Amino acid sequence: MSIETPQAAEKTSVRPGAWKRLISNPLGVTSVIVLLLVILMSILAPWIAPHDPRYALLDQINASPNATYWLGGDVSGRDILSRLIWGGRTTLVAALIVIVVAVVIGISTGLVAAYAGKISDTVLSWIADALLAIPSIIVLIAVYAAFGPRIALSMFIFGILISPFLFRLVRALAISVKNEAYVEAARVSGVPPVRIIFRHILVVIRGPIIVMMADITATAMTIQASLEFLGLGSINTVTWGGMIEQGFIAIYQAPLSVVWPGLLLTVTIGSVALLGNAVRDALVPGRASARRRRHSVKTPTRTGGAWKKHQDTGPSAFLTVKDLTVSYPHGEELRNVVEGVSFSVDRGEVLGLVGESGSGKSQSVFAVLGLLPEAAQVTGGQITLDGAPLPLDGQGRHRPRRMAYVPQEPMSNLDPVYTVGYQLTAPMRRVLKLSMRQARAHAMELLSRVGIHESEKVYELYPHQVSGGMAQRVLIAGAISMDPELLVADEPTTALDVTVQADILDLLRDLQMERNMAMLMVTHNFGVVADICDNVAVMRSGAVVEAGGVDKIFNAPEHPYTQALLKASLEGAPTRDFTTGGGHD
Amino acid sequence: MITYILRRAASGVLLILAVSVVTFLIVFSDTQRIVRSLVGERATAEQLAQRTAEMGLDRPLFQQMIDWFANAFTGDFGASWLTSEPVAQVIINRLPITLSLVICSIVVLALISAVLGTFAAVRQGGAADRIIQIGTEILSALPKFWLALMLVIVFAIQFPLFPATGYVSLQNDVIGWATAVTLPVAAVVMGELRVTSMVRGAIADELNKDYIRTLRSRGLPSREVLFKHVLRNAAEPWVSLLSMKIVGIWTGVVVIEAVFALPGIGTLATNAATRGDGPVLMGVVVATVIVIVFVYLIFDLLQAWLNPKARLT
Amino acid sequence: MTDQQPLLDVRNLCVDYPKRGAWRQKARVLDGVSIDVRPGETVGLVGESGSGKSTLGRAVLGLSPVSEGEVHFDGEDISRASAARRRELASALQVVFQDPYGSLNPAMTIRDTVTEPLRTAGISRAEAVQQAEILMDQVQLPSDSLDRYPNEFSGGQRQRVAIARALIRRPRLIVCDEIVSALDLSTQARILDLLMEIQQESGVSLLFTSHDLGVIRAVSHRVAVLYRGRLVEFDDVRKVTEDPTDPYTRRLLMASPVPDPERQRERRVAYRREFPGAVTA
Repeated sequence: MSIETPQAAEKTSVRPGAWKRLISNPLGVTSVIVLLLVILMSILAPWIAPHDPRYALLDQINASPNATYWLGGDVSGRDILSRLIWGGRTTLVAALIVIVVAVVIGISTGLVAAYAGKISDTVLSWIADALLAIPSIIVLIAVYAAFGPRIALSMFIFGILISPFLFRLVRALAISVKNEAYVEAARVSGVPPVRIIFRHILVVIRGPIIVMMADITATAMTIQASLEFLGLGSINTVTWGGMIEQGFIAIYQAPLSVVWPGLLLTVTIGSVALLGNAVRDALVPGRASARRRRHSVKTPTRTGGAWKKHQDTGPSAFLTVKDLTVSYPHGEELRNVVEGVSFSVDRGEVLGLVGESGSGKSQSVFAVLGLLPEAAQVTGGQITLDGAPLPLDGQGRHRPRRMAYVPQEPMSNLDPVYTVGYQLTAPMRRVLKLSMRQARAHAMELLSRVGIHESEKVYELYPHQVSGGMAQRVLIAGAISMDPELLVADEPTTALDVTVQADILDLLRDLQMERNMAMLMVTHNFGVVADICDNVAVMRSGAVVEAGGVDKIFNAPEHPYTQALLKASLEGAPTRDFTTGGGHD
Repeated sequence: MITYILRRAASGVLLILAVSVVTFLIVFSDTQRIVRSLVGERATAEQLAQRTAEMGLDRPLFQQMIDWFANAFTGDFGASWLTSEPVAQVIINRLPITLSLVICSIVVLALISAVLGTFAAVRQGGAADRIIQIGTEILSALPKFWLALMLVIVFAIQFPLFPATGYVSLQNDVIGWATAVTLPVAAVVMGELRVTSMVRGAIADELNKDYIRTLRSRGLPSREVLFKHVLRNAAEPWVSLLSMKIVGIWTGVVVIEAVFALPGIGTLATNAATRGDGPVLMGVVVATVIVIVFVYLIFDLLQAWLNPKARLT
Repeated sequence: MTDQQPLLDVRNLCVDYPKRGAWRQKARVLDGVSIDVRPGETVGLVGESGSGKSTLGRAVLGLSPVSEGEVHFDGEDISRASAARRRELASALQVVFQDPYGSLNPAMTIRDTVTEPLRTAGISRAEAVQQAEILMDQVQLPSDSLDRYPNEFSGGQRQRVAIARALIRRPRLIVCDEIVSALDLSTQARILDLLMEIQQESGVSLLFTSHDLGVIRAVSHRVAVLYRGRLVEFDDVRKVTEDPTDPYTRRLLMASPVPDPERQRERRVAYRREFPGAVTA
């Protein structure tokens, strides 16, 4: 939102409950129905199974589906259908044991590790890593050797062995949110720790936990079936895994007897995984409608005409942007984030694009640079550079030539795995076809030019080894390394301290004058505009509302929005006098 | 970096010791049951006691454990109770089969996840992206041993392109070895393909980073940006994601050996368990943990080497 | 009025953080800082990144451990108050944080967020909700906001909610940590107006940190300037912003560009004359 309105952003009727959202998700419904059917089938097995699952008929050995045994008979002549119906019981019980054990151990230890200090964290983390490095199947085989086929015991142990997955997740999530502002605000508000853990931490991180629980349940079902398949189960219990093992013996005669239990197992496991995802989506409010900070324009204000009158640089200017429109798909339709924007900059001139967030100023310059995001489309207008129109295909992507870009966040704009020197020289070698030696020499020159004294040393450093101000200098060096005629700077000082900002502004100004570059400066700070710009274009909701020379815009703003913005600036506001501070107590 | 390696190695040794102790306690806790299964149900109490004494199982458990460890340090892991073969020899015979399957699976999974993940990330939101994501998700929901059985039914029984069972040593016959491991490796890899979605996510994250835009602004071609910068940066999460699959792959191989009747560690462990062969089981567990610790160490090093922050400290 | 007993009295405060990577080594983030806040007064804390201004606020709130020195609140030393005592202090000492996106629990409705401090204090739900409705009006949010979740609000609106949460127990001091630095200019002005209006009505004291001298100048009665964990100047707002004695304060003041091209040109020249070609490494 560009300007805050006192009304809430959007009216939504009463929020549907989590259950409702789950039901309205087709995958969620399907998985719930499948799982309910499997559970019902297992509970009702004694009543719905057509035959005794252990009763063998000699003439039904490896039989094809027939009137007596609808899905055929297995290797001992038992009814496959009845065994399928009974077999789900073990799978479900095993999964239940594992998930209960894993949740109890994983969540409690995860919270302890996140909260109870460094020593318990180190010890618990080591144990978790150790458990994760042991293949559970080997341990379960050893347990079978020692104690025989005891499903409950082996699943209990498996629950312990798999709990580190939950531990690691809960620990990492809890650490990531425990210093969030809202958790600290709750602490300051006197909310007791237990309540903070439940209401402010577990509730917020429950999404990934639920998905992980579904994963663990699915793994438990698989591992239980695997044990049975290896012949490490009880002979008397009917299980899907055991059925696969017996079917495997007769795989040449009756391959279908392997297919059925596997299919049922797969459908059950798949449903558990899907349900986990669906529940997560249903629980987290606004997840379905989660959107990036909006760039949308609701009421396009067509004031481009007003600007043209003030345009003092003609169509012969170095860069001219005319009626530029940039759109993003929003559902079926396209929404304009920049609509009919025109401006121009000549060599040796600095144009400031000012506006608040969502005004379209960054989108406009990315269109000029040909660096719009994948989803964006240039749906109208023309950009000419030195008289020649830039190729604006659907996305406005073109290889930027003769122009360079200085970004906002210095740190995130350097590739962390390459040295400063490599990042500076690679484009020079690739685009300007310089040799390694030439590129290196040029990079050294540039580094000293942007005020880095120990250029030899900095050349070898990785981005994490330099400060923010230094990183911004490196980026400026990179920008001018391509000998641009147009320099586009997107909020180049916003992330910097004010004293560093002064230095960077001086540097940009010097470089611009020295090389007689045209410069486009995007900023929200009128102080920066006053400092460095010759002309200004004030943007709002994707359009230019007013433009002109800096002196004119600051001294005699015409458009009410410009006036409001300048008034909102605190410069020259009256200071407060404590004696008028109001009565107290 | 060197202290990091030493710390990881020390931690690995500690893990091997801890697992050995716990396994020993599990396997040897109920020796009466084991001895009874060896001498038969009808043996007299005297026979039972005699056999127990012969096997040295009448000594205190702690004493047995100390002896076992003392011998193990000299490379002597005891002898099988059933065949009297030295355990170390049995394991050395079996390990290469399991190990070759595990290594092949890791390599194939690494390649497939990188290729499909990159493809899906570059075509974000497209049809190919969706097919890759849903397809890998479905394959991962299938139990691996069942997947292996289905592969056997289709590619060994219906269309006999690959052998349904058996193993050919790599030294003897390269092509024979390749056809023998194809189906098992395929089953293991398919069962772990979910990692592709995560690799896709890591690459997509990297594609959206600010420095990518800045590099493009200097005129670097998209191909170079993708291969030199995006993939290089995504390599670290890729290695880390793969390292989390090591245990899953090992487990898959152990189970799948049964499907293809491969004489590896898995079938050895299963047979030892059903027949109560304590020393062999101990050997299997210790060997498994040593191998896994070693593989983890390699992955850790690779990861640290890929990250300049870790490499330089 | 100046000899009035201060509400908050920070004496010689030192805070250490464990150094990253190094074992048992500590970095001193705040080094012997003394300031005080009187009832109904706003004290602005200004400084660049690493100055320790946020740490000072956090130490007052008990969120950062105090290594040396004292924090007196209403005559009581709370620098090492127990967790239980801290919970009692919640009625008098509140906070609003910088990040409007992280400062509200995304899984709780605005009603639950705003009423939580009262509910914790054992006040009935009905009464707490009634109070919340009054506050929504006071921070100029529509009363139907209470049913919504934070993701439906803009940054400025979230800060209003955060202010309502801080106000609901009628505290005597609110620590405002960079509360407008993430907001647009016009939104920023409105939030500051709201805050000053509330202060006029309730007489609450504010400890207000910001990196922006313009903001500090507009809201504060007195200003403390911090540089690398040390207090370099603490005086009346007019004295600090018009006639600073400390060179760092002068630099801070002159480095910040003003929205007036002509004056900025002069200031720039003056700045370079006084602080020639400083290059940061």
